[in-house]
Amino acid sequence: MANAKAKVDAVIVGMGWTGAILAKELTDAGLHVVVLERGADRDTQPDFAYPKVVDELEGSVHRRYLQSLAQETVTVRHNLTSTAVPYRQMGSFKPGTGVGGAGSHWSGCHFRALPEDFKLRSNVEQRYGASFIPSDMSIQDFPVSYEDLEPHFDHFEYVCGTSGKAGVISGVKQAGGNPFEGSRSREFPLGPNPNYLGAEMFYKGAREMGWDPYPIPASNASAPYVNPYSCQMGPCNACGFCSDYGCLNYSKASPNISILPVLRQRKNFELRTHAQVLKVNLDSDGKKATGVTYLDAQGREVEQQADLVLLCAFSLYNVHLMLLSGIGKPYDPQTGEGTIGRNYSYQNLNRVVLFFGKEVQANQFIGIGGAGTTMDNLNGNQLDNAKAGFVGGGIIWARQPGAGPVRGINVPPGTPNWGTAWKQAASDAFRHSFYFEVQGACMSYKQHYLSLDPTYKDGFGRPLLRMNFDWHDNEIKASQYLVGKALEMSKVLNPTAMAGDAKKSGEHYNITKYQSTHTCGGAIMGSDPKTSALNRYLQSWDVHNVFAIGANAFPQNNGYNPTGMVGALAYWSAKAIREQYLKNPGPLVQA
Amino acid sequence: MFDDDTSPARRDFLRKSLTLIPVVTLASAGLPSSTFAQTPASDAKQASTAVPATVPGDYKPTFFTPEEWAFLVAACDRLIPSDQVGPGAVELGVPEFLDRHMQTPYANGGIWYMQGPFLEAAPEFGYQGRLNLRETLRIGIKAIDAYSKKSFSGKAFAELSQAQQEDLLKSAESGKLVLDDISSKLFFTNLLNEVRNGYFADPSHGGNKNMGAWKMIGYPGMRADYMDWITVRDKPYPLPPVDLSGRRG
Repeated sequence: MANAKAKVDAVIVGMGWTGAILAKELTDAGLHVVVLERGADRDTQPDFAYPKVVDELEGSVHRRYLQSLAQETVTVRHNLTSTAVPYRQMGSFKPGTGVGGAGSHWSGCHFRALPEDFKLRSNVEQRYGASFIPSDMSIQDFPVSYEDLEPHFDHFEYVCGTSGKAGVISGVKQAGGNPFEGSRSREFPLGPNPNYLGAEMFYKGAREMGWDPYPIPASNASAPYVNPYSCQMGPCNACGFCSDYGCLNYSKASPNISILPVLRQRKNFELRTHAQVLKVNLDSDGKKATGVTYLDAQGREVEQQADLVLLCAFSLYNVHLMLLSGIGKPYDPQTGEGTIGRNYSYQNLNRVVLFFGKEVQANQFIGIGGAGTTMDNLNGNQLDNAKAGFVGGGIIWARQPGAGPVRGINVPPGTPNWGTAWKQAASDAFRHSFYFEVQGACMSYKQHYLSLDPTYKDGFGRPLLRMNFDWHDNEIKASQYLVGKALEMSKVLNPTAMAGDAKKSGEHYNITKYQSTHTCGGAIMGSDPKTSALNRYLQSWDVHNVFAIGANAFPQNNGYNPTGMVGALAYWSAKAIREQYLKNPGPLVQA
Repeated sequence: MFDDDTSPARRDFLRKSLTLIPVVTLASAGLPSSTFAQTPASDAKQASTAVPATVPGDYKPTFFTPEEWAFLVAACDRLIPSDQVGPGAVELGVPEFLDRHMQTPYANGGIWYMQGPFLEAAPEFGYQGRLNLRETLRIGIKAIDAYSKKSFSGKAFAELSQAQQEDLLKSAESGKLVLDDISSKLFFTNLLNEVRNGYFADPSHGGNKNMGAWKMIGYPGMRADYMDWITVRDKPYPLPPVDLSGRRG
């Protein structure tokens, strides 16, 4: 290798949430850490500064804060017999790039999974019998419990200045919060954000339905805040540029404002941007990683040796790197053998739009990314799955990350797409409509997995990741059931028109429409090395000094946004590395 | 004209586009409609010919040819007409936006995955062809103009009556219009998206002059600070829009 850098203690791939958390924890432990980030360095100043950042054309059409698909993308197919084609234009999901990653352009919804979400398979079997689970559904229990992660959920919320209302503290129900949540050790660091109209009306509709609405936990600061790392946040000014955009106001938690201000001061921390990791290098017997090879900003191949290799890229690219590097055995859907790529899952997102007359000031241009109102009465153990007819639940919410006309104006069903009638409808709807969303869980299946594409290559000549995914009857039923409930609730509010997009029977996954960036699984955590890529500490079963940290570890996806869980798992993994692995490098769980 | 003329696809396209010989030299920006009415093409049926809306300012297209420009001015005027609801796309400078937008990396496929093979796939997989945005628009315009001339005794799209233009656009929107070289539906979808982008994007990009589209829908533009209005219910948001340069509408 012409360009070899001096060996370091740990090399981290990716400077998003998990990379920042691991870098913080491991530099705290005295390790010399190098982070390799494929994109540019970014910070509030100058990259997210007003007014440049709020240009809708640049942010939501040119996608300047997102990954360029020209360099890296995936291919997609609906079934095992068809030929996958590339995800050529940004649609269904939006991976980030650059320092902060998707953690800089997220909205801010910050949930914890429910205790029963961790034991999904055993919980469903116990409640409805094993035969209730379709034969091709490959859901698994997490190898950790809610109680294991509680301190880490808590810490990550305090790092993020999460604004919300606890529903249960030390086993005692709290008025105004989610009565069904797992018990918290304390209240949220900040109280809930104010309600815009849709969030307020959600309370009315949900209560009439007999549900228990509560404020969405949002990492959009409702008041001035200083986190445990002494990083400061300012109160959100509801600017309406959250999803797709970096925060102009130090209000939305991000690696950039919540952790990096500390890291950037540290001598044992080094951030290299425009550093595209090509593969993880293994020693001759493939049992240990020696480091990574990356392309630097000048296009030179550089080898960085390290004792620890932490994959902290976007979930899909963690799996991609494992497949490219020969870490673990690729999953084969025919035999069920192999683990890398197994149990890819997504999120079952649906939308209901409500239109009102001119007297109703919905003001969709106002936005607080993660804030709003939701309820858990159709999620977790609250839902009678046998009666509903599907596995997994979901939530309905009123959320308003901010709308602008370039991002699209919802118009009532039947409106033409152009001409005077469209102009009239768009003008009538823009300030007088809002939407509720249905965010359903997404189960994992034997036939839904990630692999290397046999044909298409990325900008560096490597095979693209191939996504094998489609909507299963179970998720279509869930969509219909949950959207039906959302429409029922919406009727209470007397809109002049409504539109819902429940999935139709036989409907296929459409990669052109934005749904959710919650791509999960593919390198999952588990208690059996035959059915999981990672052990309970997110350590590779096969290469003990590689940890793959992110939503790739979810055996299936629940009804919540993944970031709270991803952050908690990152702290959980970091703790195991600090307290166990560094003292005695090797497998933390015996296979 | 293209950033990269060396690829076979681009060379092929370039060669084809050079064969386009201007048959009607419509003057470009700022042409008064009275001048248009005096062209030889105007006869007794002239009353039914669409009167082209006037492009504001003195913008001269640098990407689109005069024929393409005439098409776009006419199409913009049909897609977002000037009417009692609010300003039209042409008077807000959307043709200027389109001409400038075509010269960005975005329109050149810079953030799209553009490698082959290019396979046919179900609509759920989106556009799988090899054309970037500017090629799509350019090829589509040429194809619709060719269709128009063939079907309407030599008249280009811009010379048709409003009703004829609308029919053609509807036929492209539904995909019923069969064109050589391109799917009419693909062309239409991209054109409409771009026209809307230009109509609603910040004026610095060339369209939405004086924030006319924002005023129409009541969008406060780039104010990006609504802390004092989140919970106000009983009156409409009172402030006019502000654009990226700080101007007030």
